Amino acid sequence: MRRIDEDILEVRRLILKMGAMIEERLEMALGALVEKDERKAQMVIESDDKIDQLELEIDRISRNMIVLKQPAAKDLRFVFTAIKITTDLERIGDLLVNIGERVLEIVNEPPLKPYVDLPRMAEQVRKMIRRSLDAFFEGDAVLAQSVIADDQFVDDLNIQVFRELLTYMMEDPKNIRKALALSSIAKSLERVGDHTTNIAEMIVFMVQGKDIRHAPHEKGE
Amino acid sequence: MMNGRVSIRVEGLNFFYGKKQALFGVSMEIYRNQITALIGPSGCGKSTFLKVLNRMHELVPGARAEGRVMIEGADIYNNGVDVAQLRKNVGMVFQKANPFPKSIYDNVAFGPKLHGVRGARDLDAIVEDSLRRAGLFDEVKDRLREPALGLSGGQQQRLCIARALAVGPKILLLDEPASALDPIATAKLEELIQDLKSSYTIVIVTHNMQQAARCSDSTAFFYIGRLIEYDKTEAIFVTPAKKETEDYITGKFG
Ligand SMILES: Nc1ncnc2c1ncn2[C@@H]1O[C@H](COP(=O)(O)OP(=O)(O)O)[C@@H](O)[C@H]1O
Ligand SMILES: [Mg+2]
Repeated sequence: MRRIDEDILEVRRLILKMGAMIEERLEMALGALVEKDERKAQMVIESDDKIDQLELEIDRISRNMIVLKQPAAKDLRFVFTAIKITTDLERIGDLLVNIGERVLEIVNEPPLKPYVDLPRMAEQVRKMIRRSLDAFFEGDAVLAQSVIADDQFVDDLNIQVFRELLTYMMEDPKNIRKALALSSIAKSLERVGDHTTNIAEMIVFMVQGKDIRHAPHEKGE
Repeated sequence: MMNGRVSIRVEGLNFFYGKKQALFGVSMEIYRNQITALIGPSGCGKSTFLKVLNRMHELVPGARAEGRVMIEGADIYNNGVDVAQLRKNVGMVFQKANPFPKSIYDNVAFGPKLHGVRGARDLDAIVEDSLRRAGLFDEVKDRLREPALGLSGGQQQRLCIARALAVGPKILLLDEPASALDPIATAKLEELIQDLKSSYTIVIVTHNMQQAARCSDSTAFFYIGRLIEYDKTEAIFVTPAKKETEDYITGKFG
């Protein structure tokens, strides 16, 4: 039988792999939009299957660990966190599929306007994902807290993008279909930010043993 | 941190076997109607701590306790304390079931007789009630006069609990009571302990951490004679505050 430390290393490795793939697909999804690259959008959609497989594998190892190794204290917090993080990463994967699909809808048409805010949003959430995975790897609660703080910026951008798109829609009804696709992409990115925030909150719990979810006034040390 | 009505209060307890010190400055409050688990590597002083709670160590030559132990508000090391009365109040069950080589009935009736209960009707009632509380009555009611040693290990252990309950204690001390039992007998014993906690203060020493996690409300971690950490069981097992506790319950040492 494998020792619990080895299981933990394996789960850690798989989660980092999952995170790296998510980052890569996020870049690819935005690349598809900005570069009008249909093939990239297709790849974002098709590669979701790999994320799902990783989720299944992490769940399997974690489940076995709980019953076979009966983890306690920081080991228990690790497994519990790993399971929750994996769920959020998998949901992020699904959101990337949505983004890929919206890109496909508009990729062959002239853009409504030059894309500025959407790539900024995407870059911001990509950095948040990267930092939360670093925080997970290093067991760094302070870094995880900074991810949580940064989510506000993503929410603000989403609102700004939506307002702007609204004016395009009011200007000309022919813009509506495209604008809706773009606002749906912004909304998906905003949701990615939320899932990343969940991940960061779980990491704080893993490291400090303190549950900071649903406690808006007590976030931060 | 923890609340409830204090049943046992230990203050600054040092304990010596001759020159060898086995407990160092242990202070803790144990609550009524709760199950308190004592965990820690073997030799860390768990059994010694239990024995101090009913002065059982006085049977060991050269053993000596310093500090204060208050049980239900009274200092059990005061001069005037009647040790027989104390042990009636504070029952103890050991690792190895140790019924007397007598009948089931006589095992349970032994304590009450010693404390002066004479009438056959009264004894019958006490025996039945104690066996019922120990979850054993239905299994043995047709063979009360048969030898206790004919019972299974799990039944013998529950008989020992019935024997302890027969003298009407307030506190029950259990020293690794399930360590010689199979999983089914262990599950029954754990269930029994849950049933008993509404009427007693229960302290259980166990080397099985899952058992401590399953059955107790509070857990105290001892290490080399010191109380390292004491908290709600959930906190000890999910978010222990001390490195030593964490290392022990995650199997890093011990
Ligand atoms: N009768 C005794 N005489 C001398 N030393 C003892 C005696 N009983 C226990 N000890 C010592 O006291 C320490 C604590 O023992 P004990 O309370 O039995 O630990 P635990 O129950 O945690 O295994 C150990 O070092 C043990 O060797
Ligand atoms: Mg012992």
